[in-house]
Amino acid sequence: MTNAQSPAKEAAPGVMAQAVKEGLFAGILAFGMFLLYVGIETYQNIDNALVWRTRWGLLAIFVAVSAIGRFLVVGFFKPRIDRRKLAKAKAGIPEVSDDKGFFHRNFLKIAMLALVLYPPVVVSLYGVQGSLKFVDNFGIQILIYVMLAWGLNVVVGLAGLLDLGYVAFYAVGAYSYALLSQTFGLSFWVLLPMAGILAAFWGIILGFPVLRLRGDYLAIVTLAFGEIIRLVLMNWTEVTGGTAGISGIAKASIFGIWSFDVGASNNFARSFGLPMSSAYYKIFLFYVILALCLITAYVTIKLRSMPIGRAWEALREDEIACRSLGIDTVKTKLTAFAIGAMFGGFAGSFFAARQGFVSPESFVFLESAVILAIVVLGGMGSLTGIAVAAIVMVGGTELLREMEFLKHVFGEDFTPELYRMLLFGLAMVAVMLFKPRGFVGSRQPTAFLKERKSVSGSFTKEGHG
Amino acid sequence: MEYFIQQLLNGLTLGSIYGLVAIGYTMVYGIIGMINFAHGDIFMLGGFAALIVFLILTSFIAGIPVALALLIMMVVAMLVTSLWNWTIERVAYRPLRGSFRLAPLITAIGMSIVLSNFIQVTQGPRNKPIPPLVNDVFHFGDVTVSLKQMVIVVVTAVLLTIFWYIVNKTPLGRAQRATEQDRKMAALLGVDVDRTISITFIMGASLAAVAGTMYLMYYGVASFADGFIPGVKAFTAAVLGGIGSLPGAVLGGLLIGLIESLWSAYFSIAYKDVATFAILAFVLIFKPTGILGRPEVEKV
Amino acid sequence: MTSGNTTMTRDTILKVEHLSMRFGGLMAINDLSLEARRGEITALIGPNGAGKTTVFNCITGFYKPTMGMITMNRRNGEQHLLERLSDFEITKKAKVARTFQNIRLFSGLTVLENLLVAQHNKLMKASGYTVMGLLGIGSYKREAEGSIELARQWLEKADLIDRADDPAGDLPYGAQRRLEIARAMCTGPELLCLDEPAAGLNPKESLALNTLLNSIRDETGTSILLIEHDMSVVMEISDHVVVLEYGQKISDGTPDHVKNDPKVIAAYLGVDDDELEEVMHEELDGGSL
Repeated sequence: MTNAQSPAKEAAPGVMAQAVKEGLFAGILAFGMFLLYVGIETYQNIDNALVWRTRWGLLAIFVAVSAIGRFLVVGFFKPRIDRRKLAKAKAGIPEVSDDKGFFHRNFLKIAMLALVLYPPVVVSLYGVQGSLKFVDNFGIQILIYVMLAWGLNVVVGLAGLLDLGYVAFYAVGAYSYALLSQTFGLSFWVLLPMAGILAAFWGIILGFPVLRLRGDYLAIVTLAFGEIIRLVLMNWTEVTGGTAGISGIAKASIFGIWSFDVGASNNFARSFGLPMSSAYYKIFLFYVILALCLITAYVTIKLRSMPIGRAWEALREDEIACRSLGIDTVKTKLTAFAIGAMFGGFAGSFFAARQGFVSPESFVFLESAVILAIVVLGGMGSLTGIAVAAIVMVGGTELLREMEFLKHVFGEDFTPELYRMLLFGLAMVAVMLFKPRGFVGSRQPTAFLKERKSVSGSFTKEGHG
Repeated sequence: MEYFIQQLLNGLTLGSIYGLVAIGYTMVYGIIGMINFAHGDIFMLGGFAALIVFLILTSFIAGIPVALALLIMMVVAMLVTSLWNWTIERVAYRPLRGSFRLAPLITAIGMSIVLSNFIQVTQGPRNKPIPPLVNDVFHFGDVTVSLKQMVIVVVTAVLLTIFWYIVNKTPLGRAQRATEQDRKMAALLGVDVDRTISITFIMGASLAAVAGTMYLMYYGVASFADGFIPGVKAFTAAVLGGIGSLPGAVLGGLLIGLIESLWSAYFSIAYKDVATFAILAFVLIFKPTGILGRPEVEKV
Repeated sequence: MTSGNTTMTRDTILKVEHLSMRFGGLMAINDLSLEARRGEITALIGPNGAGKTTVFNCITGFYKPTMGMITMNRRNGEQHLLERLSDFEITKKAKVARTFQNIRLFSGLTVLENLLVAQHNKLMKASGYTVMGLLGIGSYKREAEGSIELARQWLEKADLIDRADDPAGDLPYGAQRRLEIARAMCTGPELLCLDEPAAGLNPKESLALNTLLNSIRDETGTSILLIEHDMSVVMEISDHVVVLEYGQKISDGTPDHVKNDPKVIAAYLGVDDDELEEVMHEELDGGSL
């Protein structure tokens, strides 16, 4: 340790000079970058003409933060990290220890228990009405993204096919439910599988023409298909309601026994003599999406250790080798697309039942990007990593909505929500820079002879398609 | 016939703008093999810089000649976007170079979200209209050509010529092409790869800034969300032409511009983007590496 | 076996007739005909650029030949015209498996998983194309255990059993070569095509390879077609040698016949004579077979 530290200390004056230099440079750079956008504010005056005013104070803050930040990074954090790395390398301690604590070993059980108990705990803490926010905004919202990301994981994480238009299948599921329930009056439980099948069908239709494409060409065509579906939903007004969307979509019922419609005679709250509240519906939905997530996870885990799942992973590693082993890569890719799309379809019909309203607004490219980001940030292929990423990214940004106290810090007209996506984007960049392979970089093998050893991320490939 | 020629001209104008942005995509893709998703937002930043410079100019010098104002707007926009793109490459992309393929893609998408939301937060979410800059219109029979269309096409042509010269005839261009072919080998032969890549980002940003300025002049409005749709169209153009190929990017841009304006004119304006994307998918299905892209040889 | 439309004798497993392959203006293979017999090791040799790998790629469907016919004669009497099948069907239906010059393993999967992927088609059927397996009906479980057993056998033969649970990308080079061969064998081929299996191996690894190839031929009856540069490997293990130069066959016969063929000597003398002569002397003096 002393060995590692002494050269760093000797070099300190050099480091400091370097830090000052880089800090100044960062300041000048920031000045150039922010001068127009931060230093000047454009707004419309009473005559609706665009005018401008300066914001030198804010600009100064931006410049100062950049300069000081860079100074601190170069002068203090970097040497410290380097020193730690050096010490670690010298001590020869492997970075990951196999010794897992109780929490680690029983992670899944604990997580399951926590999820099942979440609604009752929240209700007992905040009351029925007060639980709404937690169950809906945090619970359901996060779980929808978990499910979507797990679905996309089949396509991107396992089969290695880069899909930038995944939200299209989410849309297919949502509109299938909305339209079929309004036209034929079918119930959620009938339409849920049907939406999944329809989405899978679309997955195959869209997957078929793009099978020959590789890498970034595949990415752009899937993006194009996603946009086409959204644009059709937006413009085909007679059927989809156009930008106004479809509202008044039927709620899901508890298998037709209890309903959540206020007027229904078998209304859940009425049947149990409870006060009327929309919170019951949300709690019910929480368990529905939890079950859907579990099904997704179960099927994914099962499929991974079956020939089709292994073929997906092999496809990600080397497509030519796959073909040399007699694997029909066309069918393999199509099943990946179809299965991924099916989960998206389930999630979509759930989404429609939860919102009671669908519009093309909800299915923009940004959604695809967010879902893809969750898959990659979590660590491709790892269900746990993806779930963690969804909680951090979606939960984190939802949390921002709740930060009313920030108003006291930054003034009344401060709306934390405005910064939600900005921070989301920054977090995406930051996580990738620090953990390019995502939270869980290693891969669990699906079969073993003697012992199950996880495969380091440096061996796995990310696919070419 | 006149109507057709009119639409052709409109398409050409729009296509020039897409082409300029597409070059940025294609160059970055060619040199480091990543889809720079944030490039559309660099284009948007360019438009905003031009807008702000325009406001400042007109409030200080009332009767400034339009040509001069445009020139200043363009130059400042180029400088500012170059700074941004250079910094983004240094901070967000360079550390991930050689890392696994999806990491830079995700960072680029993240960067795109950051940039558009940064402008939304600092400049507000509303559309920013400016008074029309160039109003002159020429009539050739029934065909109307506005001066701004001519400016756009001429500026694009001039820039492309300069650009073509740089890439094909200068040592810098040679370094770029070498880096594109084989980064390690180029480095061994004394090409400063980092610097070459930085310059590529700067060049891409400059062209995007010009496109942004033109876009602002043509439509007279800027919005923080303007990066996405033109960005995706330009990216589509780059892929359609064959990503990595400079003439391909220009060709793709022109094609997309033409498809868009002709489709709007003869079929339905609502489905013009659907047509664009559908044609892209269609072309790629038959020519998987784009129109001018090098066919990918499957090495067994 | 009853198909009497060709002159193919019962023990011809692969027959290549008038094969030509053109890349633009380049004639990589020009009217090549050759045969490989069942249960033998047939070697395809020739100087660099003679078109050996191209022949392989035509046989295994990665290239579509410009002209010619490639007939695969299976043990059960089925005949397959390989130029009409797509690459994966050649492995699946015609039972021809191959390896690659630059090893193509699934480096992020474990050694064992690599061998399980190779048994894809068999397991797909057993799992009722996933549906039955997912529901836990049918013979999938038994078949899955069987596939692990088969993998274990091949791991033992290839001397990789200790590394079964390690990622394939973590193996040393020679072991990766053996794994690729073992993986190809797990598809249950009747003809195994090896593209330069000894390239880059050290003498010890080379020896291990020879043992593996001999055991494949003798124990499973699988015929082998191999491309090789290393003359000592070729002369030692092959039963039959075909020599290519500039896309044409210049010699065909037993190793002894070929190495004394003046055309072959001339072809090699033009390229790297020292090595050839050295090998020739060794062969003549030592006579290890």
